[in-house]
Amino acid sequence: MLLEVRDLQVEFKTRDGIAKAVNGVTYSVAAGETLAVLGESGSGKSVTAQAVMGILDMPPGRITGGEIVFQGQDLLKLKEDERRKIRGSGMAMIFQDALSSLNPVLSVGAQLGEMYSVHRGMSRADAKAKAVELMDRVRIPAAKERVGQYPHQFSGGMRQRIMIAMAMALEPALIIADEPTTALDVTVQAQVMDLLAELQREMNMGLILITHDLGVVADVADRIAVMYAGRIVEEAPVHEIYKAPAHPYTRGLLDSIPRLDQKGQELYAIKGLPPNLMHIPSGCAFHPRCPMAQDVCRTDVPPLANVSEGRRSACHFWKECLNG
Amino acid sequence: MPEPDFDEGAAISATGAGGVGQGAIAPTGTGAAMDLAISEGATLERTPGGPEGTGPAGKPRSLWGDAWRDLRRNPVFIVSGLIILFLVVISLWPSLIASGNPLKCDLSKAQLGSRPGHPFGYDGQGCDVYTRTVYGARTSVTVGVCTTLGVALFGSVLGGLAGFFGGGWDALLSRITDIFFGIPVVLGGLVFLSVVTSTTVWPVIGFMVLLGWPQIARIARGSVITAKQNDYVQAARALGATNSRMLLRHIAPNAVAPVIVVATIALGTYISLEATLSYLGVGLKPPSVSWGIDISAASQYIRNAPHMLLWPAGALAVTVLAFIMLGDAVRDALDPKLR
Repeated sequence: MLLEVRDLQVEFKTRDGIAKAVNGVTYSVAAGETLAVLGESGSGKSVTAQAVMGILDMPPGRITGGEIVFQGQDLLKLKEDERRKIRGSGMAMIFQDALSSLNPVLSVGAQLGEMYSVHRGMSRADAKAKAVELMDRVRIPAAKERVGQYPHQFSGGMRQRIMIAMAMALEPALIIADEPTTALDVTVQAQVMDLLAELQREMNMGLILITHDLGVVADVADRIAVMYAGRIVEEAPVHEIYKAPAHPYTRGLLDSIPRLDQKGQELYAIKGLPPNLMHIPSGCAFHPRCPMAQDVCRTDVPPLANVSEGRRSACHFWKECLNG
Repeated sequence: MPEPDFDEGAAISATGAGGVGQGAIAPTGTGAAMDLAISEGATLERTPGGPEGTGPAGKPRSLWGDAWRDLRRNPVFIVSGLIILFLVVISLWPSLIASGNPLKCDLSKAQLGSRPGHPFGYDGQGCDVYTRTVYGARTSVTVGVCTTLGVALFGSVLGGLAGFFGGGWDALLSRITDIFFGIPVVLGGLVFLSVVTSTTVWPVIGFMVLLGWPQIARIARGSVITAKQNDYVQAARALGATNSRMLLRHIAPNAVAPVIVVATIALGTYISLEATLSYLGVGLKPPSVSWGIDISAASQYIRNAPHMLLWPAGALAVTVLAFIMLGDAVRDALDPKLR
């Protein structure tokens, strides 16, 4: 396995108390595999990714338990300086909003070249040549002329391509893409996702795709992990989860996708609100919103049970859910 | 989360013509907001075809390039720039326009008005007012520029580091700036400088740097905190940048604009502060030539010989105004949102 996150726990100290953002997340990614992490805002998907990258703001954040094993070593036991060297060359991250993720006062060429000067100690001219090469690779037209331009002179899709180029620059083994297409319009979304998937195949990288867009996931992901209240509630190969979800929350998510044959009808929505991370409900965190909830859900935390090969669900009634 | 106990983020407007001292200037806007505004402004105003309108052949423009273009078109900048250029030239080579010696005086001509060859007349000691006014520019410009450089250097380094690392040092620095803000400038000057015997400009500059740096430190701290929260800093971190690289390459260039603006406007107030201290007799002392000293000496004779007061006072007013106008123009160029 390329990356294994085991029982990761992260909390944030706030003025009103301690918010438990991640409560025992376990997932793994193999080389060349795409894992989609799905969940609403506040479900802990981004925080888990930041903990893996080591860019969590600490304080207020704090990792209270678990392991993050990357290429055989536990990242949480490394010194900050050793972790820094892994960032960029071993694993890299693509952010949601490329405009705000690129420095407005530096030309894109300077920012791309920085990857090589920081990690490889290349000269300025070599780094610039590499930057042009990278821009070509992510199919930015007229790369040679545009290498000296500034981020605001590029369109949204082009900027996201530059972010991808930066992340890919040192051919890391793992890429974490945090909602990489959310800020783009639909046609550009597809192009950017295709590019990402293609580069991933070419370099045989592991990809963690964080998203709340089920449509994006279906095309590119191999496996899906659904998160709720800082926990993984269901993990499954992508086609199986669409066929028959084994957790009522996943079912709710799938039912809230707009469908053509339901035109004119009211769109389904999971009732209630995401839980307050300061006061996570007892037992199964989803029970106040769950249509299948029974007494046991209020008291007992459901374990992540094996449903079938490579498939797990954290629901007391996964069998009932699976059978509809 | 930054504590909202400081005003650096909130107060956006920098007041133009201020009184004496630090209190006259409100800190100016936040780094990130500015940058965004500048990039948006650039996209909207100058590339009618949208962000792609420049095409591959378009000349790359940087933030500073844009600001410079704005400045060159601004008449306020041109006027104040010419005045300042003139002041700098005559403070470097005063003999270019004044051939006399400011310290050569003839008591028999005391308080006389305008004469051929002596357009501004004579002062109470019989010295040529024109020559003294010209030579006084050197003192004012030296004090203004050196104080501003010192203040900007100390203030932005200390404030920037505090903002970047946060925690205990930040809290300590913030309290220290609070203490310095509590010291009344003129009173502090009377106390500190009255024990100084040196007649050079350096004790005055040192004192003004001592009291001036917290103002810049606050602004630098605030704008570093704002710049630090930008996604591109996080992104740089995620791609393996070191602390120093993040600070110098990603944060500093995006946080420096407010510091430049406030420092430029403050330069004018430092000049008038030097004049104030000299007027009170604790700043520069004769035989230094300073507008403040001349104004002080002339003030007793204002009814008999007003020209002795009006020329140095007028020069002082024009100089201070020019620097404040320059500061305003720079602020407009770096923060188009305020227009």
